[in-house]
Amino acid sequence: MATDNAPGAAIVLSHLSKSYGNVQAVREVDLSIAPGETVALLGPNGAGKSTTIDMVLGLTKPDRGRVSLFGMSPARAVAAGVVGGMLQTGSLIDHLTVRELVTMVASLYPRPLAVAEALQQTGASGFADRATNRLSGGQTQRVRFAVALVANPDLLLLDEPTAALDVEGRREFWASTRSIAAQGKTVIFATHYLEEADAYADRIVLMARGRIVADGPATEIKARVGGRTVRATLPGAEVAQLAALPGVRNADRHGDSVILTCTDSDAALRGLLGRFPEARDIEVHGSGLEEAFLALTADENDDPRYVTEETR
Amino acid sequence: MIRVTYLRYEVLRNFRNWRFIVLTLAFPLVLYFAVATENQHKMFNGTAFPLYFMTAMATLGTMASVISGGAIIAADRAAGWTRQMRITPLRAATYLRAKVVCGYLRALLTIVLLALAGTLLGVRLSAGEWLTVVGLLLAGLVPFAVLGIIIGHLIGTDATAPAVGGIVTLFCLLGGVYGFQIAQSGPMLQVIKGLPSYWLVQAGKSALGGSGWPAEGWIVAAVWTGVLVPLAVLAYRRDTSRA
Repeated sequence: MATDNAPGAAIVLSHLSKSYGNVQAVREVDLSIAPGETVALLGPNGAGKSTTIDMVLGLTKPDRGRVSLFGMSPARAVAAGVVGGMLQTGSLIDHLTVRELVTMVASLYPRPLAVAEALQQTGASGFADRATNRLSGGQTQRVRFAVALVANPDLLLLDEPTAALDVEGRREFWASTRSIAAQGKTVIFATHYLEEADAYADRIVLMARGRIVADGPATEIKARVGGRTVRATLPGAEVAQLAALPGVRNADRHGDSVILTCTDSDAALRGLLGRFPEARDIEVHGSGLEEAFLALTADENDDPRYVTEETR
Repeated sequence: MIRVTYLRYEVLRNFRNWRFIVLTLAFPLVLYFAVATENQHKMFNGTAFPLYFMTAMATLGTMASVISGGAIIAADRAAGWTRQMRITPLRAATYLRAKVVCGYLRALLTIVLLALAGTLLGVRLSAGEWLTVVGLLLAGLVPFAVLGIIIGHLIGTDATAPAVGGIVTLFCLLGGVYGFQIAQSGPMLQVIKGLPSYWLVQAGKSALGGSGWPAEGWIVAAVWTGVLVPLAVLAYRRDTSRA
């Protein structure tokens, strides 16, 4: 992810860092995203996704490092109207109808979408003349999306955009987002759902504890984090022996229990029982995203204290 | 064109908030009728009471009208709307101007209603006197309108109401709205005359057979405006944290 040799990139983040008190929210993030890419920023809560997005939008000032959007600072890119965003939290202002609110926002941009089009694309046409304080949670979320979309931005940032939506709402939301991406726009969305990232992004940037821990095509990342975990009670086995079993990427022991993070849990299980027939209380889990992150980051071994606390 | 649309909807949503508007306008009006009707034929400091009290309520009412805009800003912030606007090309100048215009429209309505109320109770001023008092009030309000914006950005929603109430009361007291001056002479008077509240009260009093502001009044209003506007811009620009 070299940053200086990325001419024409939509986003270049170099050595981006931000702390809040003792908490390092974002640490030395380097990232380059080309125009037209749809990228998922995937990570558990507290991974630094929102802080990163806030820094990209110029809402939060980095402690160190630099953000460049189409070669501009965030403030200039925002002033030029090339960036649109839907923040993680927020509602709407009262005493306007949906249409009036979106019209008000559209008037701020140099090349806005037609208001009717923005409302239609976000599924908000049906309640365009309703007052903003008389909407359901899902409707409010659609209007927030319309507010971001009406900017007609080259770069669209969406911070956990589907959080308040039901299944139907999600489906429509992603259909709109896809059509925006199909127009050659750059779309970046934060999510903690692997399925969402896999289904709608070309590329997944995996964040944990403020760092990028993996970055690649969606299929590749899914294969890496979508593995399973085998747990068993097995006193006396060596971690190194366990780690050498087929299909095992990482082995851990806590007292008498062992935890195997697997790339192929079937092979691992056969191997485990072949070598250690005394293993008992065996459980196989599809590993949650959280565990997958920890497995990935444990490999790097950059902060052992944190890892042991988390897996204890 | 850009600014006209933004301003239009900003004004629209301010005036559709009818509870806010009614309460802002009703308070000085009700107080005026309650007190001035009772004392309609009395004199106060050599002036007919209804005229004196009309200027006092105009001062208090217009000051409250513009400062209370801070409460709307605080509500916008709580909704996360200020942050959403910060990622649009909305310029600080456009934003601030719209806020000031909304405050001034409330202030103008206050003046019109009090003028009608005063006329009902026998207040008669020449066209020139009306123009002078209204013009000076509007000039004297600028620092307060900007102060309202600063309050809205610095103080949380839950604390805006006491902040606005307290500040209006304090400035009215210092400015002498209630018919007495805290200090008649000496350094305290100099301090009081250095505040915009004194000159807002003097603006109201220009209708009591006085004249317009001396140069000092214009200088004080200009200096306060010159200090507060950059502070308001700074408060707005820095206000990007999550509510």
